[in-house]
Amino acid sequence: MLIRRPPDLAASEITPRHVFERRRALIKAAGALALTAGLPATSRAGEAFSGLQQSPLSTTEAPNSLRDISGYNNFVEFGFGGKPQPAERAGAMKTRPWTVHVEGLVNRPRAFAIEDILRLAPLEERIYRFRCVEGWSMVIPWVGFPLGVLLRQVEPQGSAKYVEFVSLADPETMPGVRQPFLDWPYTEGLRLDEALHPLTLLAVGLYGEALPNQNGAPLRLVVPWKYGFKGGKSIVRIRLTERQPRTTWNLAQPEEYGFYANVNPAVSHPRWSQEKERRIGEFRKRATLPFNGYAGQVAQLYAGMDLRKFF
Amino acid sequence: MTPARLAAVKAALFILCLMPLAQLAWLGWTDGLGANPIEFISRHLGAWALNFLLATLAVTPLRQLSGWHWLMRLRRMLGLFAFFYALLHFLAYVWLDQFFDWAAIARDIAKRPFITAGFAAFVLLLPLAATSNATMLRRLGGRRWQRLHRSIYAIAVIAVAHYWWLVKKDFRLPLLYAILLGALLGLRALRLSRERQRQLSSYSRSR
Repeated sequence: MLIRRPPDLAASEITPRHVFERRRALIKAAGALALTAGLPATSRAGEAFSGLQQSPLSTTEAPNSLRDISGYNNFVEFGFGGKPQPAERAGAMKTRPWTVHVEGLVNRPRAFAIEDILRLAPLEERIYRFRCVEGWSMVIPWVGFPLGVLLRQVEPQGSAKYVEFVSLADPETMPGVRQPFLDWPYTEGLRLDEALHPLTLLAVGLYGEALPNQNGAPLRLVVPWKYGFKGGKSIVRIRLTERQPRTTWNLAQPEEYGFYANVNPAVSHPRWSQEKERRIGEFRKRATLPFNGYAGQVAQLYAGMDLRKFF
Repeated sequence: MTPARLAAVKAALFILCLMPLAQLAWLGWTDGLGANPIEFISRHLGAWALNFLLATLAVTPLRQLSGWHWLMRLRRMLGLFAFFYALLHFLAYVWLDQFFDWAAIARDIAKRPFITAGFAAFVLLLPLAATSNATMLRRLGGRRWQRLHRSIYAIAVIAVAHYWWLVKKDFRLPLLYAILLGALLGLRALRLSRERQRQLSSYSRSR
């Protein structure tokens, strides 16, 4: 005999996925609200931000899970041995106290404490596509504000053409830095107009919480139309310069990693094609878009340039 | 070693050789393949193809050093497992990674040295796998069979190059494979030159 039973759970009782996946953030946000109501946002890995603004620059694509975003990383300071290593090792990095020196061709050079940076501008949630030069991609809900806000604080001089980003290189806590495979500290760079572009983000968090260490805590660069390695992590120094900075991967393998590193399906990496990418969580590869889908906003920055030469 | 013992050893080895595959199945079952399971599967299978290739090449020197001649009876199985994992590695690339995009695969093979090398190593393994059984050995004749199967030395070198060119900057692991392979091939070269000398000296003595 067939006995029909109603399902144990009504659909309305199931926690929606986006709430479920952000439960830590919500619990912490509630706790933080109760304990520190009125205090400005502080942040250590995992701590929640409150009152985030939603950015109109966000993609509507579904973000990857926090588990994937914080478990599948390249962060060579914590080792070259594959994706789980940064997540396993980055806990040793101390992100407080943290000072960022902003200097070079500027009128008002300044050392910012991370707490001051967090107060410079309202924090936004920006959901960006992220494309790694290795051929995989994610969608990541970053928290941060435009880099331009910080740069304008120090008043760049007219001669400043480039911005250099220097990451922490602490051999005590970073095993990768003890290896001679790259020139440490990890250094990246942008043209000043790229750095001032509204899409260029100084990220301090993701999924509404402070950045996990392995994602570049306490602050990192996010340039969504470039390959991920352009986004320096755990930045300690930002320098405005007249000449193009020497950047780490470009120094190590100039034929494989250009200074510009704009996402470009038409320019192959010498060892693999960049025409397609695997979105983490998907089975079939998808086509890679010029400038990672941000061509409408950024293509004019490169008008007249031969992007095969300046790859 | 009695035939019964040898059969038991072979059965145990067979099960052992399936462990890397079982590990994948287990990790797949327990959601342990990480954020990019296709990359994980592909690398795992490739690494084990290389491990079995080196294990196959280790049989002869081990037998010579230990005097355990029954080790030779395990060599074919190890070689076939090297082919088995190389085949799965190749299928993972063609199916999971490229999803039968033959145009892209052809471009990869033509233009990317590390893929060219990997593909060459795989193709060169095919005749060895096809002629691994006793019938083919008999049909080819021992000498021709041996000459054909010496290509495993070149295959191993190409396979290590395939791995080397894939790696980003940290060459420690491919270097370890290269050193192991160098040692395995070096032992053979050493023995060969000693053999030559002995033959030469016995020849001159006999005159």
